[in-house]
Amino acid sequence: MKTRGLYFSSYVLWLIFFVLAPVALILYQSFIGINGHFTIDNYENFFKVSAYLQMTFNSVLYAALITLITLLVSYPTAYFLTKTKYKQLWLMLVILPTWINILLKAYAFIGIFSQSGPANNFLEWIGLGSHQLLFTNASFMLVAAYIQLPFMILPIFNAIDDLDESLINVSHDLGANGFQTFWNVTFPLTLNGIKSGVQVVFIPSLSLFMLTRLIGGNKVITLGTAIEENFLVTQDWGMGSTIGVILIVTMILIMFLTGEKKRRRR
Amino acid sequence: MVESIITFRNVTKKYKDTVILENINFELKKGRFYTLLGPSGCGKTTTLSLIAGFTDESSGDILMNGQKINHIPANKRKINTVFQDYALFPHLNVFDNIAFGLKIKKKSKNEINEKVTEALKMVRLPGFGDREISEMSGGQKQRVAIARALVNEPEVLLLDEPLSALDMKLRKEMQYELRELQKRLGITFIFVTHDQEEALAMSDEIFVMNHGEIIQRGTPTAIYDEPLNKFVADFIGESNIIEGTMIADGKVKFVGKTFECVDGGMNANELIEVVLRPEDIEVTESQKGKVVGTVISQLFRGVHYEIVCTDIDGNEWKIRSTKKVEVGASVGLNFEPEAIHIMRANESEAEFYQRLEKYQGS
Repeated sequence: MKTRGLYFSSYVLWLIFFVLAPVALILYQSFIGINGHFTIDNYENFFKVSAYLQMTFNSVLYAALITLITLLVSYPTAYFLTKTKYKQLWLMLVILPTWINILLKAYAFIGIFSQSGPANNFLEWIGLGSHQLLFTNASFMLVAAYIQLPFMILPIFNAIDDLDESLINVSHDLGANGFQTFWNVTFPLTLNGIKSGVQVVFIPSLSLFMLTRLIGGNKVITLGTAIEENFLVTQDWGMGSTIGVILIVTMILIMFLTGEKKRRRR
Repeated sequence: MVESIITFRNVTKKYKDTVILENINFELKKGRFYTLLGPSGCGKTTTLSLIAGFTDESSGDILMNGQKINHIPANKRKINTVFQDYALFPHLNVFDNIAFGLKIKKKSKNEINEKVTEALKMVRLPGFGDREISEMSGGQKQRVAIARALVNEPEVLLLDEPLSALDMKLRKEMQYELRELQKRLGITFIFVTHDQEEALAMSDEIFVMNHGEIIQRGTPTAIYDEPLNKFVADFIGESNIIEGTMIADGKVKFVGKTFECVDGGMNANELIEVVLRPEDIEVTESQKGKVVGTVISQLFRGVHYEIVCTDIDGNEWKIRSTKKVEVGASVGLNFEPEAIHIMRANESEAEFYQRLEKYQGS
């Protein structure tokens, strides 16, 4: 019993110093005004100033769009991956890009999307001419979706791979064709994979700030950007913390909404 | 003459270089209960998959009602399957599981309600429609799977070891119920099992399979009483297999003695194997027995004792007796001429039945 407590203590210490303490600090900071006194002004500001509300709306909207794009690409990809012969190898190739630092990937895309980059070269070659690709909302979402892709594919792949083959056979046996089988059996039974995929993609997408600057050219100001600005530029730690708290609450809310619910009984 | 419903013509199934089914031929008649019996890996489940349409044959033809169905996909065949692990949809409740096939066929709500209710009644689960699958016991899940298949009114019902996950008592009960159901509905059942007792209890006809071939086919009694070879004899119930010589028609020599038997049609002095079922051997006093043996072990099995004896030549004899004996005692073993079954080496099924007919007919 004693040794077990010892092993466990390292985790508890980690939890206290690197999870609970920071959250407590943020919560404390969020009640400190610009002049250093305890106040709820920060929260009042957040819900009064339209810029913050606009940012919140933008964050949710873009996170939702990124999640949707990722999902639309991931589901078919995961589906066909499970049908391939060397599926573990293919899956590995999908996961491989996550080993590369996000900043490096962002810089790579700056190169690809730049005025004289390969993307524009290709457009010119097929006769569409050169365009401003970098610093657009479209390129921001595309790169964000690209970076999140593996995190969506993985849970969906697992869900489809775990699906009992005989359930598909039963469905055919009972007269369903390929599409009917997918819609009535495969899709509802892999919904949990989709849910966890959405969770892992949507929540981090809410607070993206590196990509909004490097790829999106700061045209979209999300909550992530606002936090960074408040901490590093305007040095208003209280306001930054407030936005942080609001983000955390939003995340908890979303996890709660997409979490596994007990199926309703008829 | 009953019409045939499923016919296999020279059906072979290979997976890469492994032959799973080798040149299978059979004709199944409408409204009968067939069992494919064999050890695991004998090709019985593959045969079922071919009939259902989940796998394609490598060569040969599969016919249903005289029409080739090789290229008809599973969802277009009037055949339904009850799977070994039930394969009930976990995201649907009992009602929706059973209604699945009817909904796919776009039947009206009233018709679906009516048929599902009827199907639930048929498998003795009335009022269970609202239950979740996770709330059902193994036996109940089994019934739901059967109802889900039968509600589509198939011409053939395939059952892939459907009782193997149930406990002994429930299994016995379901055997009766399935047989009853098949007789009542009059549709063809094709049942796959490795349990010989199950096969003997339920079937009109049994196909004994091994290594991708049908070894012997026949009614339960025919297969039990006249096993074609050592494999069938061993697989269908327990048996004593002893090497012997056929002296002449009706005379066989084994354990150094000549006995009267009812078999024949073989060459004189041909080496054969004799099958004696444990329950056909009677234990008497040592002077009265045809063979004298010493009891080496006795096991109480409830209904009977399982006794093992050795004779003077060292042959082991398995005996089932309701009478108790003393371990170490010298006993006599008696058996009727009808209890002696003769098996020839390498005799094919066709040759076997031909000889049987010829000898018994003359």
